[in-house]
Amino acid sequence: MTKYIIKRVLLMFLTMFVITAICFMLIRILPRELPTDKTQAAAILDRFEALGYNEPLLTQFGIYLRNIFTEGDFGTSWYIAFRVPALKVLTDRLLPTVIVNTYSIIFAIPMGILLGIYAAIKKNKWQDSLISTTVIIFVSIPAYVYAFLVQYIFYFKLDWLPLQVYSLADAGGSWMTWKMFHSMIAPILALSFGEIAYHCRYTRAELTETLTSDYMLLARTKGLSKAQATSRHALKNAMVPILPRIISSIIGVLGGSMIIEQIFSIPGVGQLYIKSINLLDYDVFMTDCLFYTALSLLSGILLDISYSFIDPRIRMGEK
Amino acid sequence: MEMNNNYMNIPKEKFEFVNHGERIADKKFEDKPIGYFKDAWLRFRKNKGSVVAAIVICCVILFSFFYPLFNSQYDATFLDPYYAKKAPRHTVLRKFGIADGGVERSFAEKGLIKAVAIGMAAEDVNGTGKITLEEGLASEYQPILRLDTPTEKKAGKKITYSWTGRIDTYLELGFLYRSIEKDEYQRILDWEKETGLKVLYPLVENNNYNMDPADANFWYKAKKNQPVYINEKGKAVEIPYGEGMVLEDNYKRDAEGNPLYYELTGGGTLETAQYKVRVLYYNYYNYKNGFEVNYLFGTDTQGYDLGLRLAGGIRLSLLVAVFVSVINFIIGAAVGAAMGFYGGAIDILVSRILEIASGIPFIILATLFQIHFANKVGAIPSLLFAFVVTGWIGTAGLVRTQFYRFKNQEYIMAARTLGARDSRLIWKHIFPNSLGTIITACALVIPSVIFSESMLSFLGIVKLGSASTTSLGTLLSDASAIWTNYPHLMIFPAIVISLLMISFNLFGNGLRDAFNPSLRGVEE
Repeated sequence: MTKYIIKRVLLMFLTMFVITAICFMLIRILPRELPTDKTQAAAILDRFEALGYNEPLLTQFGIYLRNIFTEGDFGTSWYIAFRVPALKVLTDRLLPTVIVNTYSIIFAIPMGILLGIYAAIKKNKWQDSLISTTVIIFVSIPAYVYAFLVQYIFYFKLDWLPLQVYSLADAGGSWMTWKMFHSMIAPILALSFGEIAYHCRYTRAELTETLTSDYMLLARTKGLSKAQATSRHALKNAMVPILPRIISSIIGVLGGSMIIEQIFSIPGVGQLYIKSINLLDYDVFMTDCLFYTALSLLSGILLDISYSFIDPRIRMGEK
Repeated sequence: MEMNNNYMNIPKEKFEFVNHGERIADKKFEDKPIGYFKDAWLRFRKNKGSVVAAIVICCVILFSFFYPLFNSQYDATFLDPYYAKKAPRHTVLRKFGIADGGVERSFAEKGLIKAVAIGMAAEDVNGTGKITLEEGLASEYQPILRLDTPTEKKAGKKITYSWTGRIDTYLELGFLYRSIEKDEYQRILDWEKETGLKVLYPLVENNNYNMDPADANFWYKAKKNQPVYINEKGKAVEIPYGEGMVLEDNYKRDAEGNPLYYELTGGGTLETAQYKVRVLYYNYYNYKNGFEVNYLFGTDTQGYDLGLRLAGGIRLSLLVAVFVSVINFIIGAAVGAAMGFYGGAIDILVSRILEIASGIPFIILATLFQIHFANKVGAIPSLLFAFVVTGWIGTAGLVRTQFYRFKNQEYIMAARTLGARDSRLIWKHIFPNSLGTIITACALVIPSVIFSESMLSFLGIVKLGSASTTSLGTLLSDASAIWTNYPHLMIFPAIVISLLMISFNLFGNGLRDAFNPSLRGVEE
């Protein structure tokens, strides 16, 4: 087991390194645009010279890696926030993303699992077919359609929620105020529909499989009631494949959704990504790329490892 | 009994062959044999959801190809900037109350009079200024489609009214000033005679009673936006909205009191000078293009026909999706087959490389390709390239597992013993067996590509907003800031993309269920 984890982590670092190299080369060879402001442009040119942007590409990559490992320096933002370290620009925007997505999964995961359990218990009855059909539709519809729908109903028709998330200043200087939460309800809802449907579908599929297995019959013959057997035996076993999905959902909180952030103007990492491309702020773009890559690799590896932790019968990577 | 005992000496000639002259062979099946694909088709047909999805997909595809054909009057590049963001309108359907080009709105008195006045002016073809409110409301060019009873509001002594109603956004544009050449002026006059429709209307005097000289809809005398008439003492008296309302016209007139229909602007001689005219834009559009306003889906943010833009977006999405799916299928099948069949060191090496390559998030890949290649080869080819460059890895993995599953089975060994070469084993014996899984995977690639493409164009990473090509995502992102005022801009693309996503997913799931052999025999 340990050997497997070590192997996976090493492979992850290798992957990370290769992707960093590719992204770095592709981004660095792009022509840089200087701001029209002359003092700014001069400052940037000086800084470029000091950073060795005129060296050969491989040397530049060496400098880049050295800076990351010795000083934690991922470059500098020139346009989004003038002369602020790129890493700081990114971490500043992590909080809004995490908050909105955490609210969303706190609401969506229990809701999805409960609906899934209900559908599985009522299998082949009208409740099940209603939930299953709705779920298929909801899984397929893209998130931005929900976003428009939520805006239409709760802003345009009912006028209960604001159109976009308030800026920090408008909501009293903190992400945790009630006013801020109120403005976040719309994106939370938009994010939740897909998430609920996803968890519901999976829970239903797993639970219906365990409900029809032999040990359930045994449990019933022992004298357990249907509810007891379901909660003690079926649910526990069904949770084995469901739990890793929940874990990967929780990791996904960090990444958030670019589209939702764009529509509701949440100043998060997803919006930063779009902004950094539009403004050609390459260091920030590179940092954001690394962040997303690391996130997806981490999520994959945790998913695999958690599988084998939760169910020791699954031995990954063994022959 | 005696005969029975005699069997030892049966004469030779009494023997005869049972089937003399007939070939002994197995009887042919009376019904047709059911093959793998036939079996899958039978199972697919039972899945109602998937069949409906397939029909919906067909309808959407048919729409995307036939809608432009039915609109033969103009193509997707036809643009009218004055009729941008307008609601659906169709000359036949609007008689039944749908696609009337209208939006719900609430009016204050002044706004209502301005809208109603357009209809009144349009009726007043001779510039007499004697048209009553009732005649104006009955006009064909009256923008107000429906008016509810007004609500009263008392503020001190004064009572103000406000109305809610429905207004035709095309007719609401009303009159515009145009600068045209002399020849064209003559052509318009001819056209008016030919069709009996009125395009040119009298010009408006630029005086104290004209509220906005640039707005051709203020043809009546007004002060502070409230219409007035001038009494005998030369004082302006306000006209309230109500039955029998007649507005006092402010038309430019010559010495005899006849209204003027054009004036010369700009320098030059009489022959070269531009004619300034006031046109009823609805009829001017008709004159200019030779057909009436007919936008079944309304117009988009720039003034293109939204239906044609939608059809173009669907075609682009499907084209990209099918292309990506086919390329992924070919590359994935070839590489996966080689990896799975030969195995060994190459398999491990290639697997590792692919694992690294598949670790790159797609959105980053697509962005980098756009930044680097969009200027050189265009947005769509670089998008396709981004899809293909790592897209086939999934298919390859799938094919590889299928090959691992089949390559050591007995029938393969039997074929090998009979002397079949590798290529024959791969393509004749293993590949057809894994085809179902691969086709399913390819079908499920389509919705994910449609989704990614619309997402990338929505976010503006892929820029597809030119005159000839557009994407559903671009339409949605154009609409995203303003759609609360123009709901049709968002509703139609959102419905189309949702329909595509839902039906392709259902279709793919149906295929998977149909091809999945573990479901064999589960249903009766």
